[in-house]
Amino acid sequence: METKELLEILSNGNGVSGFEFNLKNEVINAFDRYADSVQVDKLGNIIAHKRGSGDGSVKILMAAHMDEIGFMVKDIDKKGFIHFTNIGGIDPRTILAQEVVIHGREEVPGVIGSKPPHLQDESEQEKSIKMEDMIIDTGYEKKDLDQLVSIGDSITVGRKMVSLLNSRVAGKAMDDRAGLAALFEAMKELQNINHYPDIYFVATIQEEVTMAGALTATYGINPDIGIAVDVGFGRTPELNSSNSIEMGKGPGITLGGNIHPGLRKRLVSVANDYNIPIQTDVRPGPTGTDARAMQITREGIPALVLSIPLRYMHTSVEVLDLKDVSHTAKLLAFFSASIKENEMEGLLCF
Amino acid sequence: MNFNVELLEKLVSVYGPSGDESLISATIRQEIGGYVDEVTTDALGNLIARKKGDGKKIMVSAHMDQIGFIVTDIDKEGFLRFGNIGGISPDISLSQRVMFKNGTVGAIFSEPLDKPSERKLENMYIDIGAKDREEAEKMVSVGDMCIYYSPFSHNENVVFTPYLDDRVGCFVAIEALKRITTTENDIYFVFSVQEEVGLRGAKTAAYGIEPDFGIAVDVTAHGDTPKAKRFAIGLHKGAAIKVKDNSIITHPSVRNSLIDIAKAKGIAYQLEVLEFGGTDSGAIHVTKTGVPSGVISIPTRYVHSTVEMASKEDIESSISLLEGYLSKKL
Amino acid sequence: MLLKELTEASGVSGNEKEVRDLIKSTLEGYVDHMKTDGIGNLIVYKKGSKPGGRKLMIAAHMDEVGLIVKDVDSSGLLKFMPVGGIDKRVLVSKAVKVGQQKLPGVIGAKPIHLQKRNEWSKVLDMDDLYIDIGASSKEEAEKQVSIGDYVAFDTPYMEMGNGTIKAKALDDRVGCSILIDLLKSDIDAEIYGAFTVMEEVGLVGAGPAAYQIKPDMAIVLEGTLCYEIEDLDSHEMPTIMGQGPAISLIDRTTVYDRSLRENVVRIAEENSIPYQYRKTSMGGNDSGKIHITGTGCATTGISVPTRYIHSPLSLISKSDYHNTFKLVEAIVKEFEKGAI
Repeated sequence: METKELLEILSNGNGVSGFEFNLKNEVINAFDRYADSVQVDKLGNIIAHKRGSGDGSVKILMAAHMDEIGFMVKDIDKKGFIHFTNIGGIDPRTILAQEVVIHGREEVPGVIGSKPPHLQDESEQEKSIKMEDMIIDTGYEKKDLDQLVSIGDSITVGRKMVSLLNSRVAGKAMDDRAGLAALFEAMKELQNINHYPDIYFVATIQEEVTMAGALTATYGINPDIGIAVDVGFGRTPELNSSNSIEMGKGPGITLGGNIHPGLRKRLVSVANDYNIPIQTDVRPGPTGTDARAMQITREGIPALVLSIPLRYMHTSVEVLDLKDVSHTAKLLAFFSASIKENEMEGLLCF
Repeated sequence: MNFNVELLEKLVSVYGPSGDESLISATIRQEIGGYVDEVTTDALGNLIARKKGDGKKIMVSAHMDQIGFIVTDIDKEGFLRFGNIGGISPDISLSQRVMFKNGTVGAIFSEPLDKPSERKLENMYIDIGAKDREEAEKMVSVGDMCIYYSPFSHNENVVFTPYLDDRVGCFVAIEALKRITTTENDIYFVFSVQEEVGLRGAKTAAYGIEPDFGIAVDVTAHGDTPKAKRFAIGLHKGAAIKVKDNSIITHPSVRNSLIDIAKAKGIAYQLEVLEFGGTDSGAIHVTKTGVPSGVISIPTRYVHSTVEMASKEDIESSISLLEGYLSKKL
Repeated sequence: MLLKELTEASGVSGNEKEVRDLIKSTLEGYVDHMKTDGIGNLIVYKKGSKPGGRKLMIAAHMDEVGLIVKDVDSSGLLKFMPVGGIDKRVLVSKAVKVGQQKLPGVIGAKPIHLQKRNEWSKVLDMDDLYIDIGASSKEEAEKQVSIGDYVAFDTPYMEMGNGTIKAKALDDRVGCSILIDLLKSDIDAEIYGAFTVMEEVGLVGAGPAAYQIKPDMAIVLEGTLCYEIEDLDSHEMPTIMGQGPAISLIDRTTVYDRSLRENVVRIAEENSIPYQYRKTSMGGNDSGKIHITGTGCATTGISVPTRYIHSPLSLISKSDYHNTFKLVEAIVKEFEKGAI
């Protein structure tokens, strides 16, 4: 399976935070191809284990989160319109006139509506519409809808992946299915590369809400190194170079308090050795990624963050360049292979 | 319905702000003494009562702490300035009575303000009727905490009183605990501390217990009063089974078994999608390698006021639901 | 019913060719004469068994609202202008198709993470938005796209709950589709059909179409405003989905002929076809030009209630579609008989 094919399956699939089980089979099927074993833990993290050439005493955890932002049904009104809330951070301006799918007893398509502009006075049209003033219209009347949908059901935007020019694609859940695709490709790369450490590839749950998945998976695996593979802000005209990274120029390698300096140095030197393009992404405080959870688990796990440049994060048209996914995967693979026996102590000393 | 209103009244009336739960802990310990196999108190003050079984470990958590006030200063004239413990609103606290652990009662009022809408706790004070600082200090010290002091009321339909949050959760846990005669599950009833200031008790309790499943029992808000913000939870519509709040999206296996039990036993229930707030399960579910967790909520109007109101039927449904969940072999 | 093909075709005002070609090929063999006039209207004529009587014109507009490329910026992103009335608030986070070759593109927005507090309460101006086609430079984008290329929304046709149809451009492909169904039916009547251009940018095509046809009476088929939410009073809902065709009383462009309207209502009632009045004076349609062209004529506006018009997607009810067809068919028969 090609990475693009997997990314399309994953981005089109659904797994809002707390409802990642909807995407379980797709992730297991992908991981199963190259891992020695794949397990699902109590909370729903999917953990693929790939043994290294060593005795298993050195462990690397690579996590990409499998959950996506979305919505949840909070009420169904007398007219059969669904009122909803967001799961994860969503700009309400990005959802008007959006097609959605409600994951109820069956998949129910709907559209997000509000009062039409023709019926709004001019001052109203200059205001953005609040999420609480929007509804989802399924066409059904309440009595029929009640049979299909209940309060608490998850909702995703009904956007299929679109291929753009170059190797760029747009989709609704590239954050962080792109990370999963990178893990998959790294796993594939590592088929042919001798690596000493054992590697745990983890598709984590609920990164967008509580980081529950990274906290508990890290606790369970107790790795020597934790790596979060997530997305970073891809450059567009309204962003500046200090808070964004460029498309197609490799992953952003985060620098800051959440990151272990010794490990980062190694990561950068591996990138240089193998001519893998990278960019620097500076985050002084905790990153908003699973690496934050890793760093504060147990006695503290040294962590790294690789960010795949992604435009329009948390909209339904998140754009990435597949080249960046490949660069990320290669770097993950060669970095893992660079960790030798009896090396950890020196590497962590800084 | 044999609603033990005396017990509920007793529970809401005992002093126990976050950080000083000793009196309520003693009250609960006494109440459940004959019904559990062992009772312990941990370092933070969580009261942990175990009903032994060979099966899975279930942690039930209801917090016994209350929101309240802490004295930060006593002025020359004997007025007390204070900070909040948990979610205290200036609007609601204006003109309330408060009570200290030693029984001292005071009244909260405010400096005169040009714009009452801008009232903050910093503009408010507690008057205990002292003539000066010296007299005040005989009754109260800086660092003392007090709670709302307001009567318990009830009628056929509802109870309304301060501190249903979360003494009604304690009540539900105690009543369920008493009704369970045999169980294969290994059940830990935790009456947790310091929920109102950040789910702190539940965190350490869960770490110590390492449960297989977690259930918090707490109050939730309402959407059934005039012009209320849309929220599909109302009184007299049953126990609320939480889907989400800001601390947790409940685990599907726990949520679905609660729903299945409610359906099988004919217990009225409603699904709760709360857009703010959090409860003990938020801390429990991320403990160690993770604990699948859910929440039974008691629909409550006017949470964090002195007239928190809940339906007796809903409370009874919550007890039945908890009893049903704990009785089933997991 | 040709609605899927019709709505998935691109036909932003001024660029109706794809829609026109589709209609032409569909009507081939069902009408006696077809011609594309000098500004792009498709005028068709069905003579029936008794041609030469009073002239009935039935009009539906082919165009839809959309966007047009106005610039390619230095990073290869496309800046655009609206074509027709589009609420700028519905554009963000949508997929579009650019130009004749239908190049996929997306309209993105600044990540919420990098926004200042409450930035999302401000409406994004059209000039703040752009289309990303994946180009990595201006040169690369310009190989694929030219200034002036039309942009249509990428919204697939779908049938949803309770016989609801979701598609883009239901305003007014639904009118086109009903007119096509009528022309393809075995109705014996003399009909001038006008598939007009550029209604959304100022009723451009309808005047010249009426000028050529010189109708005695005209029916304008539309997809019109429909909005119902829980807390609205009935007078605030312009139309209600599922309650049949909406008959126009007045809008910004026409005071509809009263006796014709009364006839339309009588026909609906005689044929037990559900109907409703269009309860707003907002909006306008091709009738505004048709009824004052030449020596003028009586017009009636008959619309399928359409939710969320002028956005990337819209909804209609199949039952409204069928009842609108039935009503139009009945009116044509009555007109043919001379009863109107």
